[in-house]
Amino acid sequence: MADQTLPIHGSLDLTPPREQENTWLDILHDWVITVDHKKLGLMYMMMAIFFLLVGGAEAILIRIQLAVPDHHFISPQTFNRLFTMHGTTMVFLVGMPLVFAWGNYIIPLQVGARDMAFPRLNAFSFWLTLLGGLFLYYSFIGGPGLYGTGSAPDVTWWAYAPLTARAFSPGNATDYWALALIVTGFGTLGGGINIIATAISMRCKGMTLMRMPLFTWLLLVDSGLLLVTITPLTAAQIMLVIDRYLGAHFFDTQAGGQAYLWMHFFWIFGHPEVYVLVFPAFAIASEVIPVFSRKAIFGYPAMVAASVGIGFVSLGVWAHHMFTVGMTSAGNAFFVLSTMLVGIPTGIKIFNWVATMWGGKIRFHTPMLFCVGFLFQFLIAGLTGIMLSVAPWNWQLHGSYFVIAHFHYVLVGAIVFNVFAGIYYWFPKATGRMMNETLGKWHFWLFFIGFHVTFDTMHFAGLEGMPRWIYTYPADRGWAHLNLVISIGGVIQAVAVLIFAFNLFWSLFKGKIAGNDPWDAWTLEWATSSPPPVYNFATDPVVHSRRPLWDLKHPEDPDWKYE
Amino acid sequence: MKLPGWLRVGRIARLVFVVALLLSGYAFADGPQATPSIYAPASTPASEIDHLSFFVLEITGAIFVVVAGLLTYVILRFRAKGSDDSEPAQIYGSNQVELAWTVIPVLIVVVLFLTTARVIFAIQDAPQPQAALNVTVVGHQFWWEYRYPKQGIVAVNELHVPVSDTTHPSPTYLKLLSADVDHSFWVPQLAGKFDLIPNHPNDMWIDPLHTGVYVGQCGQFCGVQHANMLLRVYVDTPEQFAAWVANQAKPGVQDPTAAEGRHVFETEACMNCHTVQGTAATGRFGPDLTHLMSRDTLASGVKPNTRDNLREWIRNPDTFKPGSLMPAMQLSDNQLDQVTTYLETLK
Repeated sequence: MADQTLPIHGSLDLTPPREQENTWLDILHDWVITVDHKKLGLMYMMMAIFFLLVGGAEAILIRIQLAVPDHHFISPQTFNRLFTMHGTTMVFLVGMPLVFAWGNYIIPLQVGARDMAFPRLNAFSFWLTLLGGLFLYYSFIGGPGLYGTGSAPDVTWWAYAPLTARAFSPGNATDYWALALIVTGFGTLGGGINIIATAISMRCKGMTLMRMPLFTWLLLVDSGLLLVTITPLTAAQIMLVIDRYLGAHFFDTQAGGQAYLWMHFFWIFGHPEVYVLVFPAFAIASEVIPVFSRKAIFGYPAMVAASVGIGFVSLGVWAHHMFTVGMTSAGNAFFVLSTMLVGIPTGIKIFNWVATMWGGKIRFHTPMLFCVGFLFQFLIAGLTGIMLSVAPWNWQLHGSYFVIAHFHYVLVGAIVFNVFAGIYYWFPKATGRMMNETLGKWHFWLFFIGFHVTFDTMHFAGLEGMPRWIYTYPADRGWAHLNLVISIGGVIQAVAVLIFAFNLFWSLFKGKIAGNDPWDAWTLEWATSSPPPVYNFATDPVVHSRRPLWDLKHPEDPDWKYE
Repeated sequence: MKLPGWLRVGRIARLVFVVALLLSGYAFADGPQATPSIYAPASTPASEIDHLSFFVLEITGAIFVVVAGLLTYVILRFRAKGSDDSEPAQIYGSNQVELAWTVIPVLIVVVLFLTTARVIFAIQDAPQPQAALNVTVVGHQFWWEYRYPKQGIVAVNELHVPVSDTTHPSPTYLKLLSADVDHSFWVPQLAGKFDLIPNHPNDMWIDPLHTGVYVGQCGQFCGVQHANMLLRVYVDTPEQFAAWVANQAKPGVQDPTAAEGRHVFETEACMNCHTVQGTAATGRFGPDLTHLMSRDTLASGVKPNTRDNLREWIRNPDTFKPGSLMPAMQLSDNQLDQVTTYLETLK
């Protein structure tokens, strides 16, 4: 860790560290009480990966049940719990923690700060999120429900009223769902406030907002969006609990309540939530694509504007999840238009990423492979999104496997692909070791093939009239061969993820030593050691452009001359 | 220069799509299909959606070809070569280019929106003609009830409607209600789905152009047996439909040979939930059984309506539909035979 190898002189404190006690109890204690943004970021990441494996296992059970018609592998009750838990887990216990995993680990390093703005709030938010997740899963063993103890929620992750009323969901399964989401919701709000405060007020000298890395920009917009959207969800959950325990009638249709009201509350959260989840994927693409194309991002101001634009427009599209509930024709037309408008800033982003690659010298290391997969899949996801926004077509496609295919194209094809890209990209920074490139390529190609076998096929099942949420289907419907193919693709993806998990552990102990800047990158996190010291930078960095390390590596041709 | 027809992007997109559908086992034919594909429309709303969807597919297909082609070209053309370590020229952006790829999508959105809006209004706001049949659909966990207010009849699970033809349309207008939770009425060959929501009546219409049985199912999760809330729509000739209505309007058959079974039905708990017109059984919680034997299927389309299936269904509904709201009444074998015999007289 000689200081001279670092581009910014004096960025490390070279006094030798104090002797540390290293029993496992000390280490555990250190992680539990930590307020360090890097440790919290890694804990968010470990939580997300853990629940990704759990949610993935649930998906595999679902696919075994559906692989053949009239299958009796699991009971309908179990099946309904599995898809409810799969959806809830992937959105709230994988997708949301990932926002904060990236935000926590990368943002302070990228803006040249020593920590997040509110380190203790940060720790508090993490533990709320984790405990909310554990609370939700406790329902599997502790929740007395309609069919005895051990009753996880089985009302879908939308939990449409009045199915959640006590008349239709006796027992406590639904309560576990509502309370767990209230708890993780507060954790999410704390994390969002922290990212906003850090990006706004902790930037180092010279880093104006228009020099802030796009990664940080996207997570800033993301967190703003999140503050607006988590609030109605939490409010709706509290109303639901009041309905169930204090006899209110917000959603209780048998006493004059409105099922409709829940839908609006849920989707004004639920649609922007998709953007909350996908923004970190955009953020990762905006770092990885330029570095591996060896070019500055094309149209930085347009990218910032498009991000803010997506954030705003996405708040006005929620009822496109409700085309079939009987809105007026004018209401339907309004949400068709607003939904299609989101396509414009989203298109701008795709074009800018492609233009960044244009004229570059593209190096196809594993992170870049995942990002290229992301670009293809996100393009298709956007186009099927346009199809779904066409309200009359949506009357057919809504609630079918076409929708499942569409949103998995976003959640897996875009988000999970880029999460993998991000992990391969920043793993050397966080651990000091490279991930194995051969295993990485196996992981990419298997996952890519499995993904397309599964989710491309799902579109056709939907067009042939197969609805979602069904635990079985009659043999004469003609969906059997499609479902078998979908299930096989699921297994291929599972194998790929296991290779990834093995690669993580193997590389952690045996990976090649990375050095401080293995990708020859340009943002500030590569200016400190790998892994970074607790204080990140001993002296406050000063930047003059969007790519401070480019300026240092190319003093004859610095960015600040052109920006 | 005008390209020959087969070279136009839209045509190619359509061809590729149709081939993919063919490969996935879809049959092109008129009338009802075993697979309820949205691409075998047999009614005006479904056909309008079919046409609109191909228009949208042509535009999105063209966008895909252009952008994916560009991306493929970039990947192949701009790979790093061998040992060249120099950095490429740095380009920071271009306002003209940004403007171009903003304005072109805006124009595409305008076209797509106007086309979509036209179809929304055409389907959703179509005025109801005089000749239309009215049916009130009531969703229950996990079966369908159909009330024909003008005919004064109630049918269950199997919806009968008259065939329509383009010269003399006789569409059926459905009013959608729910007795408990949210459901959704989805028969893909006839129309898109609309939800049955408590306290929020909805409307939809169909005008099937070919006779036969169209299948579909509930499209909104409604509880443990959502998967087996199947839909069957019988499109009859006008004569068949009139005969069916006349039969449904009769009270239940009183067959003295089945008196023992009727006694079981009326003294065990059956009549608390089920109605048989013309008898003491007037329960409203479960399906009306007055004309049970006029139906082809049991338990909302789960099994064919045979004596063995009917007996097993009464013995233990969980055999076919675990979690269904009908309890197993613990009848003796003898009682089971008697009540099955009684139900079999309800033509």
